[in-house]
Amino acid sequence: MSLPAVAVGDELEGRPVTVTRADLVRYAGASGDLNPIHWNERTATAVGLPGVIAHGMLTMALAAQFVADWAGDPAAVRSFSTRFTRPVVVPDDDQGATVTLGATVKAVDDDGSVTLGVTALGPDGKAVLGKALAVVRAR
Amino acid sequence: MPLDASFVGRTWPARTYRVGAEKVREFALAVGATDPVHTDAEAARAAGHADVLAPPTFPVVFTWEATREVVDDPALGLDFSRVVHRDQSFELHRPVVAGDVLTTVVSVAEIKELAGNDVVTFRCDVTDPDGEPVLVSTATLVGRAGEAS
Repeated sequence: MSLPAVAVGDELEGRPVTVTRADLVRYAGASGDLNPIHWNERTATAVGLPGVIAHGMLTMALAAQFVADWAGDPAAVRSFSTRFTRPVVVPDDDQGATVTLGATVKAVDDDGSVTLGVTALGPDGKAVLGKALAVVRAR
Repeated sequence: MPLDASFVGRTWPARTYRVGAEKVREFALAVGATDPVHTDAEAARAAGHADVLAPPTFPVVFTWEATREVVDDPALGLDFSRVVHRDQSFELHRPVVAGDVLTTVVSVAEIKELAGNDVVTFRCDVTDPDGEPVLVSTATLVGRAGEAS
C-alpha cells in the first residue's frame, strides 16, 4: 500500500468533526480518563473553565484518525505529537462543538515518509492543537 | 512549592498491560476509527495484523494509567487537581494489536519552572516480552501555581 502522492506545501482537504457531550462520556469510558471536567459542568466551572471541555486526547485521537484516513492505512501513522493550546468547550446540547481538522505537507523523505503539520480549529476558528506533527509511512 | 528536581531520570517499577480486542473496539468506536481493521479480526489479518489493530493514540489507555501513578506520588509534589495536560507525543515502532502484552516503564524526562508553574515531562518506554521497543510516549503536564503554595 502506498501513500497518496504529495509534495511539500500541499494542503490536504480538511474536514469538520463534531464532538457532543455523549462523545465525551464515551471517550471517558474507553480511555479511562474520568476527570469530571470532561462531563460535569459544576466541576468544570469550579476550576475556572467556561464549561465542560473535551479531552485533549480525544481531539488528538480525532486528528490522528484524520491522518489515518488520508493515508488509507491506520498502521501507517508512525508518530504524532501535539500541544494542547486551547480547550474545546462542549455545550450541553445536541449540536456539540465542531473542530475543523486540516493538514499541510511539511516534508517528504527518501524512505517515503511524509511529515504532516496538522491543524485543528475550534468553533471560534482558533487553534486548539499547536505544533501538531504526524509522520506517516506506508508499510 | 517547586518540584523535587532529583526526580529527573528516575524510573518507576514496570507495569504490564494486555491489549484486549474488546478494549480496542471500544476505543476505536470512541474516536471515530471506522476502519474494520480495528473491530474485525478477519479484516485485521487480511491487512497483515495478528489481530485487531489499535488506533494510533490507543496506548494512552495504559501509558496514562502508568503515568498517573507517578503523578500521584506525593514525593514528587505535583497537585493533580491543578494539572493541565500541555503536550503529548507517540512514536510507534510497530503497530499495537490485540494480544500484545506490553510493559511500560515511566520516567521523568524533564522538570522545569515556567512563570511560577511546574512543568514536568513524563516518558513511557513500552516494550514487548522480548524487550523489543514497541513505542515511546511522552506527556508534558503543567501544575498551575496555587494561591497559597
